[in-house]
Amino acid sequence: MIDFNSTFKIALRSLRVNKMRSILTSLGIIIGVSAVIIMLSVGEGAKGSISKDIESIGSNLLMVMSGSSTSGGVRLGGGTQPTLRMKDAEDILKECPSVLEVAPIVSEGKQIVFSNQNWSTGVYGITPSYMTVGLWEIEEGRAITEEDLKNSTKVTVLGSTVITNLFGDMDPVGKTVRIAGMPFKVVGILKPKGQSGMGQDRDDTALIPITTAQKKLFGTNFPGVVKFINVQAKSADELVTAEDEIKTLLRERHNIGKNKDDDFTIRNFTQMMETVKKTVATMTLLLGSIASVSLLVGGIGIMNIMLVSVTERTREIGIRMAIGAKAMDIRIQFLVEALLLSLAGGFVGIIIGVLGSKIVELFSDLTIVISPFSILLSVGFSGLVGIGFGFYPAYKASLLNPIDALRYE
Amino acid sequence: MTLIKVKNIVRKYVTGETSFRALDEVSLSIESGEFVAIMGASGSGKSTFMNMLGCLDKPTSGSYFLDGIDVMKLNSDELSEIRNLKLGFVFQGFNLISRTSALENVEMPMIYSGVDPQERIIRAKEALKIVGLTNRVNHYPNQMSGGQQQRVAIARAIVNDAPIILADEPTGNLDTKTSVEVMDFFVKLNEQRGKTIILVTHEPDIAQYAKRIVRFKDGKIISDEVKR
Repeated sequence: MIDFNSTFKIALRSLRVNKMRSILTSLGIIIGVSAVIIMLSVGEGAKGSISKDIESIGSNLLMVMSGSSTSGGVRLGGGTQPTLRMKDAEDILKECPSVLEVAPIVSEGKQIVFSNQNWSTGVYGITPSYMTVGLWEIEEGRAITEEDLKNSTKVTVLGSTVITNLFGDMDPVGKTVRIAGMPFKVVGILKPKGQSGMGQDRDDTALIPITTAQKKLFGTNFPGVVKFINVQAKSADELVTAEDEIKTLLRERHNIGKNKDDDFTIRNFTQMMETVKKTVATMTLLLGSIASVSLLVGGIGIMNIMLVSVTERTREIGIRMAIGAKAMDIRIQFLVEALLLSLAGGFVGIIIGVLGSKIVELFSDLTIVISPFSILLSVGFSGLVGIGFGFYPAYKASLLNPIDALRYE
Repeated sequence: MTLIKVKNIVRKYVTGETSFRALDEVSLSIESGEFVAIMGASGSGKSTFMNMLGCLDKPTSGSYFLDGIDVMKLNSDELSEIRNLKLGFVFQGFNLISRTSALENVEMPMIYSGVDPQERIIRAKEALKIVGLTNRVNHYPNQMSGGQQQRVAIARAIVNDAPIILADEPTGNLDTKTSVEVMDFFVKLNEQRGKTIILVTHEPDIAQYAKRIVRFKDGKIISDEVKR
């Protein structure tokens, strides 16, 4: 029978005797455990913020952009050539079975003026479906309606960044602003969404009816032209199908020959985000593994010190054996010492890890998630390290011959 | 009652191609309640013999019965148990565990025999009382004199109520006055408590405390005299 209470006390005392050494030995484990916790919680936080991004962009989203135009041999980038029309958006909705909703958009950067304040922002000509596809919500007032589209009314719904810059504390609903010199009545305010995953301020925006934009605000030679069409697929599984359907349909509608390039580009946002999420998960795993290596190194430190301790206390081991300690008693004693070192280190490591994660949270805009898993993992690991690396020294101690141990100077 | 019975024991040390017999066909019987002094010059085999009796080392050949148990057949854990319950050790260098109080040192044999903590403390205090150290219970070895340390060691040897006490040069590190004090304890333990005491010494005046003196030379017993 092994008296654990006494064993524990004996171990605690011998650790206390060499206080500095015990602390330094635990330090390896402390650093390892806190590193694992910080890495995993930062990774978890990054994953969380990307998930939130995916949700706020709108789920199952594709973006169809009009093709690039060429000006004197210089290609000007996506959306510069007027190849997409309102009709395309309507057709995509009608003809592609995997598509749930479409939102055609025209956009341009314009200056908005209210009394003596002015602000440059992205002005988006939209249809009411823009709100549902992009998961926008109205905080105050109303959204752009079909009625507005039909009458090409000069109304606008503003994002919070624009409002802060133009109105300060004033209530903007009902006021009139000038967009590129043209008066628009503010009818609503968008609920803020914050930054996108790419660091873009999504609240720096002004929405107007797409018809108003096409006919009155953005001068164009091609009536009915749109810049993008945001497409929402029926489910995540149908994103790829939807992409194919749209491609086939538009190539047919635009009379593009077999060997010619598309005059549009389709981007799969959700897939992009999923890719980023996977990358972050991989990074988290990588950083976690590196942190685990430091735990391993900490474990070797424990083994090292325990071996020194066994040598130093050879005589003590001899005395204990002479008065009746069995091999198992000696083994357990040293094992408990190693375990105490590593678990104490693990415990302090958790505290430092949690505090460290909070500090990271303070200095970044990540919402840190300290998962019970990461704590369980690191405690379990430090316990294993203690047993694993404590075993050899303990075993070595138990093999000592009592006479030799007693004679040891 | 015969407590210790050794017959023809040999302890051979082999170094390279030469072998050396530290004990050469030694036979001895010790009855319960005896006070035996084992004497001899260094290298005579008396310490090796003591280690055999103390179950710290095993003879190369021969037989050893301790309280009717065949020691030759025991494994190292069983030997630990025998040392724990049947034998109490008092060493020349005291061999107390440092940075551990007198009380905890005395408690130690009982930890390994599974005595419960409350009883341990009672018995350890009792043993310290017998050796007259009631007021040194919480002192550490380095806070005590040599004589006091050796008394703690004696308390540790008797705390598990072992019938045999093996003392290896117990006064070797003590001055004459404290040597007398310590030896008086051994006499008291032998006479009042009936302990069998086996004492290794090279000092004739220490050996005079014993009732029987066994002399070793070159691994053999050369004389065995019982005092009247």
